Amino acid sequence: MSLHLHDVWFVLIAVLWTGYFFLEGFDFGIGVLTKPLARDRTERRVLINTIGPVWDGNEVWLITAAGATFAAFPDWYATLFSGFYLPLLAILVCLILRGVAFEYRHKRPEERWQRNWENVIFWCSLLPAFLWGAIFANMVRGVPIGPDKNYAGDLLDLANPYALLGGALTLVLFTFHGAVFASLKTVGEIRTRARRFAAGLGPVAAVLAVAFLGWTQHDSGNGRSLAALLVSAAALLAALVMNRRGREGWAFALSGVAIAAAVAMLFLALFPDVMPSSLDPRWSLTAADAASSPYTLKIMTWIGAVMTPLVMAYQAWTYWVFRKRIGTQHIPEPTGH
Amino acid sequence: MDLALAPETLARWQFGITTVYHFLFVPLTISLAAMTAGLETAWVRTGKEKYFHATKFWGKLFLINIAMGVVTGLVQEFQFGMNWSDYSRFVGDVFGAPLAMEALLAFFFESTFIGLWIFGWDKLPKKIHCACIWIVSLGTVLSSYFILAANSWMQHPVGYAIDKATGKARLTDIWAVLTQNTTLVVVFHTLTAAFLTGAAFMVGISSFHLWRAKRRQDRGEELGEKQKKQIPAMRASLRVGLVVAVIAGMGTAISGDQLGKVMFEQQPMKMAAAEALWDTQAPAPFSIFAVGDVSKGHNSVELEVPGMLSFLAHSNFTDSVPGINDVAAREAAAYGGQPEDYIPSIFMTYWGFRLMIGFGMTSFVAALIGLWTTRRKKWLSPAFRTGEDEVPRLMLTKGREMSPLLTKWSWRIGILTMGFPLIANSFGWIFTEMGRQPWVVYGLMKTSDAVSPGVSRTEVLISLGVFTLLYGVLAVVEVRLLTKYAKAGPDTDEKPPAKDPRLRLPSGGPGAGAAGEHDAADDDADKPLTFAY
Repeated sequence: MSLHLHDVWFVLIAVLWTGYFFLEGFDFGIGVLTKPLARDRTERRVLINTIGPVWDGNEVWLITAAGATFAAFPDWYATLFSGFYLPLLAILVCLILRGVAFEYRHKRPEERWQRNWENVIFWCSLLPAFLWGAIFANMVRGVPIGPDKNYAGDLLDLANPYALLGGALTLVLFTFHGAVFASLKTVGEIRTRARRFAAGLGPVAAVLAVAFLGWTQHDSGNGRSLAALLVSAAALLAALVMNRRGREGWAFALSGVAIAAAVAMLFLALFPDVMPSSLDPRWSLTAADAASSPYTLKIMTWIGAVMTPLVMAYQAWTYWVFRKRIGTQHIPEPTGH
Repeated sequence: MDLALAPETLARWQFGITTVYHFLFVPLTISLAAMTAGLETAWVRTGKEKYFHATKFWGKLFLINIAMGVVTGLVQEFQFGMNWSDYSRFVGDVFGAPLAMEALLAFFFESTFIGLWIFGWDKLPKKIHCACIWIVSLGTVLSSYFILAANSWMQHPVGYAIDKATGKARLTDIWAVLTQNTTLVVVFHTLTAAFLTGAAFMVGISSFHLWRAKRRQDRGEELGEKQKKQIPAMRASLRVGLVVAVIAGMGTAISGDQLGKVMFEQQPMKMAAAEALWDTQAPAPFSIFAVGDVSKGHNSVELEVPGMLSFLAHSNFTDSVPGINDVAAREAAAYGGQPEDYIPSIFMTYWGFRLMIGFGMTSFVAALIGLWTTRRKKWLSPAFRTGEDEVPRLMLTKGREMSPLLTKWSWRIGILTMGFPLIANSFGWIFTEMGRQPWVVYGLMKTSDAVSPGVSRTEVLISLGVFTLLYGVLAVVEVRLLTKYAKAGPDTDEKPPAKDPRLRLPSGGPGAGAAGEHDAADDDADKPLTFAY
């Protein structure tokens, strides 16, 4: 079997989504944790400030994933975005409000203003964390796609038990990832509590992961996807162990591996389709059919090969610049500034 | 089906609303990023506090603005797939590439380095911190380049072939897409207009502060300590704003003229519609005012400059310019259907074109006058010279100051015209996008064939309603916040960072290995952050 550019791009799209879920996974998690973990406004601000300088860069992985899908697989992009219309609308609304919330929350000192934006951060982190899982679950399992490549179902077709389980998994897994991140980036009492919270949530994430990925494996798995499933589950357990031992850097890296392997597992189960049809396998969109021309893919490959390492390098540098842990003592007085 | 509620109509309304809204923030972001970067450079190089305060002040307004620009940009990218899936399938091979390049080359720059800039005041050496905002600025310019290359391809498709098997557009020459004259001229026009927008914004807010201080002085009131210290920063900003507005205004006019010539050639219908020129004329007049009637195919009222349109299109006063009726007949013959199918909304294009030029050029002229009346000391008689901590006198000639009434109105005009380029930008886009109708990709795909067939009317209605409501609420929040911070003026109590932070490399340097542990032992380990959300 020769290597086709569209197969390479299938892998690259998977990599971009993996990068997105790895990065925005913990910042969705931090957003969710502002309610259960933080005890007061200062602690909420500690959490929010752990992702302050980086959340925007993390979100661009989504824009890149979507843009690259548009360029490399126009049919995939078109069917996915028009088919999952309302869930994507909800995600958009959340991401809009959440981005504005981060920037505007501290701009006024009034209690009500700040509390409202904090509620926005919580809900608009929680909802997308759930919806992405549900959307990916539906994409892998297959949805009603007609012979014209368009989605032929309705909203209820998307709200099936498998998709809800997928949503629950991403929500819990991202929150776990966020708790581990919080323990890595904070200092003081909140750090201890974050570690304890992660220890409690980890087993739930593990159970959900095994249930959802196992179900996926049963329905549409193969040898490679099984391997990814095992890596994901093993990494999750190892992350739990490291978290208990207080090795926060390792715990974070491993919860990242768990997310990456879970995303990889889904893409491996999906291949060679990109949007399977639940109505008739002949109407499924495959990577080969949905792809752009070799010329376009070649240009994109060049751009991607040059730019992606550069982006990763300067984003890594940002994390290094802001490597210092923060605690309540570092939070300045809440003045509008 | 009721035409007003047809999915195509709703999807077009949504695209129009979300795009015009998005583009209120984009030009301000582009220009304020660069101008803030310029002010920070001035601070780094001269060490003068007024530049530091100006940097912080405009930076704050810039951040309030870019937050909205970023999040509303997300909608733009999702919208092609959500509402225009048939369009996306047809053009993806060509159109997707610049979009992906925009994300990889521009958005990562912007989003990553803006984080470094916001939170990095006490973490990065001054020069590196300043470099960060320049990279953000580069990101905004690159972003506009790629998205305008994509848009220009819709205006004038090049470097593609129609695939015989699939009937879709296939990219054959990316270089042609990225460097065709439409792209280059449109980028020039959009960027100069963007700088005019930010410059007018800067002039308006600086004028507000200076005029307020002047009025207090005239009433014999003593200025507060803070207000006194704000004057140098606002005075420097006023000059920066005026200089940029004049250069950008001139650039907008020149590029606009170039773009007009390109469009006369590539989309004669758009330009005929812009002039409500129904019949081909040689020489063709430039219309100043007209009331047209589409059904009758002529104007009932007209006021024109003879030969001027020929000049704009061909640089001479005699050549013929094709009229709406002739172009429509030609397109109908080429693509089928009735001539009326190929006529865009003449009302919107004709008035959009005029409002664009009118509002944009008013700002330009206002800036030109402002630049002259606030000119440098050496151009003035010694008696009228003012120091950099004084409100400048508005000088007509070397030794003659404007009368109090003229002075009052000059400052007021500076403030009132602050938003004019925003209006001009909006009408410019409305003109250029509506003037291309019925085409979504000129000559290749009609807008009516571009919508998502699988998306129901209810779904589009929901999203149209949600976005309109959300954007409306956010507009109120944003404008209030901007007003609050703009009115407050620079925070002159804020001191520039006392010591320049050193940047240790991750590898090397003593103690760098266990960076986390080491830092905790630092003297200022518990010092609050200079900036926190």
